[in-house]
Amino acid sequence: MKHLKLATVSALTLSAASFGSAASAEDLTLCWAAWDPANALVELSKEFEAESGHTMNFEFIPWPNFADRMLNELNSGGKLCDLLIGDSQWIGGGAENGHYVKLNDFFDSAGISMDDFAPATVYAYSTWPKGTPNYYALPAMGDANGWFYRKDWFTDPEIMAAFKDATGRELGEPKTQKEMLEIAQFFQGREIDGKTVYGASIFTERGSEGITMGVTSALYPWGFKYENTPGSYDMEGAVNSPEAVEALEFYKEFYKTATPPGYTNSYMGESLDAFKSGQVAMAMNWFAFFPGLYADPNTGGDKIDFFVNPPQNQAGSTLGGQGISVVSYSDKQDAALEYIKWFANPEVQAKWWSVGGYSAHNSVLQDPGFKDSAPFAGDFLEAMDAVQDFWQEPAYAELLLAMQKRIHDYVVADQGTAQEALDKLIEDWTEVFEDEGKL
Amino acid sequence: MSDKSIDRVAAATPAPVARKIRGLSDRAIAWIFVAPTIFLLLAINIFPLIWTIQLSFTNYKANRIGREVKNIGLRNYERILTDSDIWLNMQATAHFLFWTIFFQVLIGFTLAWLINKKFKGNDLWTTIIVLPMMLSPAVVGNFWKFLYQPQIGLFNYIVTWFTGAEPSSFEMLGSVDLAPWSIVIVDTWMWTPFVMLICLAGLRSIPDYIYEAAEIDRASKLRQFFTITIPMVLPFLMLAVLFRGIENFKMFDLVVQLTGGGPGSTTELTSINLKREAFEKWRTGYASAYAIILFVTVFGLASIYVKALNKVKER
Repeated sequence: MKHLKLATVSALTLSAASFGSAASAEDLTLCWAAWDPANALVELSKEFEAESGHTMNFEFIPWPNFADRMLNELNSGGKLCDLLIGDSQWIGGGAENGHYVKLNDFFDSAGISMDDFAPATVYAYSTWPKGTPNYYALPAMGDANGWFYRKDWFTDPEIMAAFKDATGRELGEPKTQKEMLEIAQFFQGREIDGKTVYGASIFTERGSEGITMGVTSALYPWGFKYENTPGSYDMEGAVNSPEAVEALEFYKEFYKTATPPGYTNSYMGESLDAFKSGQVAMAMNWFAFFPGLYADPNTGGDKIDFFVNPPQNQAGSTLGGQGISVVSYSDKQDAALEYIKWFANPEVQAKWWSVGGYSAHNSVLQDPGFKDSAPFAGDFLEAMDAVQDFWQEPAYAELLLAMQKRIHDYVVADQGTAQEALDKLIEDWTEVFEDEGKL
Repeated sequence: MSDKSIDRVAAATPAPVARKIRGLSDRAIAWIFVAPTIFLLLAINIFPLIWTIQLSFTNYKANRIGREVKNIGLRNYERILTDSDIWLNMQATAHFLFWTIFFQVLIGFTLAWLINKKFKGNDLWTTIIVLPMMLSPAVVGNFWKFLYQPQIGLFNYIVTWFTGAEPSSFEMLGSVDLAPWSIVIVDTWMWTPFVMLICLAGLRSIPDYIYEAAEIDRASKLRQFFTITIPMVLPFLMLAVLFRGIENFKMFDLVVQLTGGGPGSTTELTSINLKREAFEKWRTGYASAYAIILFVTVFGLASIYVKALNKVKER
């Protein structure tokens, strides 16, 4: 009888416990772009599901439609996403339009300190207005635009000798943008293993953000600035400075003389395809893809190596990456905040890096073994020290589309000069800021 | 009691309903039946149109709900009509519109004329020819993108076969000179069958006795073609031109798949530009003015054209 009572009490306790857990368990949806790190996050999040009892669902949108789809979702007050890993440029709009939950109080109560994350990522992914201690996201995925190349070609004695004959210097990772162009031009149209190969694949995409992300990888090393004084929206002389003009001319020359034919509208996917199919000696792309590239059985491993975007007048890399935010229209904000708390844990951050995500947590980045943990880890750290981002204003989409048009018109469609393209860009941006009441 | 259906309906009408209807005039009953349709039309056509007109005079942005909406008068219209980039979009649209219609009418009518001849396998050829228009524009756009690929695309190899030029020496989608023609080619490939079907309907509607009478009058084949075939098919041809004109004025999907509006803005048709303004830049007021200008243009041109069409039919 005593055993029966004990069993009954145990059963009731268990069922009560499981009921309690079921009552608080939520179905959370995390929205992000469809790419390699997103798959890694699915794996990582299984631990969160096991620990919390919440169920994680994922909505991954292909990159070319990501901004369109997600910004429409936010603008319409949609409840699809409880958590959103949104692009860094959305932070201004997310904060000012009330799409993102402000996280300061939550960070204080959960013991999350922004000092534990790389300063560049906190500045870019979390704060609005820029640099102020108002946080709308936790740095989730550090990223920058970098380069990778065919190491097997670069170390081939015949190719090395031909390069030395042609240029008078040794073939190796470029130390400047101009060296990189020289290498790309050397490979352009060359026969390797009975196949015609080309110099490099660069970003030229027109529809979303491609060519802007590509051209800024040349503009930043030349010293391009958006404003003469930060926050002044004073662009004349900064956006169209002689250095900016030279960098833009350089990018056009790169496109015209060192890229495969037909790459007039190429972005991440096309860059990866060009490299994996053995068409190009070098390619630009986001560090997020580097783990997958290194693991590729055909062009990865010993055949590939990586380098940071080369400097010219200064070091400079285009910032990628995202922070994770809680969507203010979500009915499950408590559970979403739980996910962020779990994700900010240093142990989870270490696992995040090990499964293919780029942690921005200092405990990971400052670990003595980090630089040697992957062939691109050192380059990633170097890139993150010199990153620059596009405007993060609430009107960023208008600013971005104007730049897409002006740069594509000049670089790909051969219209006008670099000076005219940048002058027109200032006109477009001035109009946007006037509409915004900032000028 | 008569056995007319109207009486049977009256008998079947429940007494309370019958009592209510009995006092209504025929006109009132007609309004009751038409009212739901009118309401729907007002709700989904007229109201949005009026709202769009109203928004076109403001600086409204649909993604900035809390922002103060100011009435800015005709500023949006002035901006659009003085924007040289928009005029370039208009030119690109006019180029696309003119040449697609020209080629589709020319090839469509020729195909219809050939198909109209009685020959073995006539039905099979008709089916094969109409296949492209049954495909989704997204599919067509994607596979033509591969066909145009300069290194592996079939199109470049076919051109090479005829001209001897290197396949990778020209880019149909990447060249400023060729891209506008590349979209014309794809649209013509896809929609010529539609024009052909309309022309075929026109050709088959011509009674044989007219040709027989012409034969008796010893009219040559050429004379029969120009004095019988062309005038009698003309209303059908004009209808096809109207349909294709309206469709191609708002062309979006096919061109977005093929070129995305590029290179630069070479193939950025007005509909693509309008979509960018409205749903990527979220300049709702500006985009509303843009849409009104396009609407007035299409409506005006279509009205003139329909009048001309009616005159041709009356002849």
